[in-house]
Amino acid sequence: MTARLAAMRDAFGQALLDLADAIPELVVLDADVASSTKTRLFWEAHPDRFLNVGVAEANMVDIAAGMATCGLRPVVSTFALFFALKCTDQIRNVVCYNTLPVVFAAGYAGLSDSYDGASHQSVADLAIVRAMPNMYVVVPADAVEAGQALEAALRRDGPTFIRLCRNPTPVLFANTEPLASGEPFAFGKARKLRDGIDLTIAVCGVPTAMALEAADQLAAMGVSVDLVEVATLKPLDVDALVASVAKTGKMLTVEEHTMHGGLYGAVAEALARHRPAPMDCVAIEDTFAESGPYDALMAKYGISVENITRKAAALAGRESVRPR
Amino acid sequence: MMQYLAQQCRIEVLDILHEKGTGHWGGAASAAELLITLYFHIMDVRPDDPEWPDRDRLVLSKGHASCMLYAVLAHRGYFPVQELHTFRDLDSRLQGHPCMKATPGVEMSTGALGHGMSVTLGMALAARLSKRSFSSYVLMGDGDLNEGQTWEGVMAAAKFRPERFAALVDYNKVQLDGPSDAIMPMDPLADKFKAFNWNVAPTVYDGHSVSAILDSYEWIRAQADWPVAVIYKTHKGRGVSFMEDNYQWHGAPVNDDAYAKARPELLRGLKVLEERL
Repeated sequence: MTARLAAMRDAFGQALLDLADAIPELVVLDADVASSTKTRLFWEAHPDRFLNVGVAEANMVDIAAGMATCGLRPVVSTFALFFALKCTDQIRNVVCYNTLPVVFAAGYAGLSDSYDGASHQSVADLAIVRAMPNMYVVVPADAVEAGQALEAALRRDGPTFIRLCRNPTPVLFANTEPLASGEPFAFGKARKLRDGIDLTIAVCGVPTAMALEAADQLAAMGVSVDLVEVATLKPLDVDALVASVAKTGKMLTVEEHTMHGGLYGAVAEALARHRPAPMDCVAIEDTFAESGPYDALMAKYGISVENITRKAAALAGRESVRPR
Repeated sequence: MMQYLAQQCRIEVLDILHEKGTGHWGGAASAAELLITLYFHIMDVRPDDPEWPDRDRLVLSKGHASCMLYAVLAHRGYFPVQELHTFRDLDSRLQGHPCMKATPGVEMSTGALGHGMSVTLGMALAARLSKRSFSSYVLMGDGDLNEGQTWEGVMAAAKFRPERFAALVDYNKVQLDGPSDAIMPMDPLADKFKAFNWNVAPTVYDGHSVSAILDSYEWIRAQADWPVAVIYKTHKGRGVSFMEDNYQWHGAPVNDDAYAKARPELLRGLKVLEERL
């Protein structure tokens, strides 16, 4: 792990450019936020393969769907909130129902549009898109994984939702870093980031860096964490989660999303069926957040190293143990 | 001949809706001649190769007229006419509303209104990007025009102006709950499209006359200014006197009494057409 920071939106914008020649069917659509989502890079380089449809997100998704039926590979780009809420009908009835290869570049996700406030913060998007049959749902942990997810999505014959953070976040992976399985990024494959026996932490997205730090703190407290990064909420790597819990017997999920229907929900559904275990979550409560600096906002709404450490220690039965 | 076939499809649709006790008569009867003329005279399609990349596309945005689309597709050769009797059955390829994954010849799954304009625009833009020359048609109804997304698509189509993109309006002016003028007035409809910078046909064509529909196609073919919109005056429930222009027959089941009265009317209409052949 390095201390280098990079924004997923920058990596994603660059990845679109890098893939343009290799995938001639790639077209990009944006809804008047190309300067924010960084699809403007592609727009400037390939104006004939870019459509700015104005502030009409539902129309954008259906245009992309029509294109996909004709052999093109559209990437639609806007804020995650708008996809989940303004385009739910288009995502379900047109894209997912027909298993069309449309890639949703869901920008400014989670609390990352922090200063714009609750109206722009997307903390229920995963619950919504995860409920759509045929959809793959990817929550990259860093800028590198965001680029890898795009390439995988463009080669998939079906829809993929990729959740992207607005702000610079720690780069965790090298471009060539394999998964625990030894394979490159693949849908439905979790990455094992730490081996431990006292409890499992399953994490997705930006809080992954926090979970790594928390794991180190917990190790210093004598709590060893099996840390699993779950980039694809759907399909979920049930085998990896079950194997980990078979060893540790406890599960803490960590995500930048409401506690309803995101990673916590997905993991609980899987474990309830295959390997029931005591669980807790680090997630946003059933509430709206507010404006503020990203890091401080995350901390106020419970997404912090401190909170992960505290809940993990409690779940592991080590509440009284103080950090050394 | 096409006029006759349209009426025959109407009878088959009535038979099936009665047999199944479910489905939408009003909007299906409204679109009979339009769909027949599109599939038999206007569109370049290959029923034995439904995925042929250069085929013309039609999106039935008023997806509740599915049964008529299926009747026309069956007669065009996409699947056996006998299969129409599986409409809305479990395990059938003929879903309640059109499903592109289930039925050969269906270009887009529809049903929730307001999607057709946008998806068909996407097809027309794909033709441009892929340097293909197929035409893309969207067939819309009154309810579609109520949907806000339709007008997002209308705006975008006027921005991108893809070639060979045509919006066809099956303008029967009756919706589920009543006459359109009482539910959501759309007039002056042609002026609305014009205000969005569309090229609108100067004539409102008779959507129940195959020759008038062919005239409208001649007008479309002569245009170089895209996109184009053509409005067809139609009658919901066309062909049955007590169902025509009557909102109560939007989706009501065709019960035994109604069927007993309606079918002879449709047969009389068919006989008149037969005598003209």
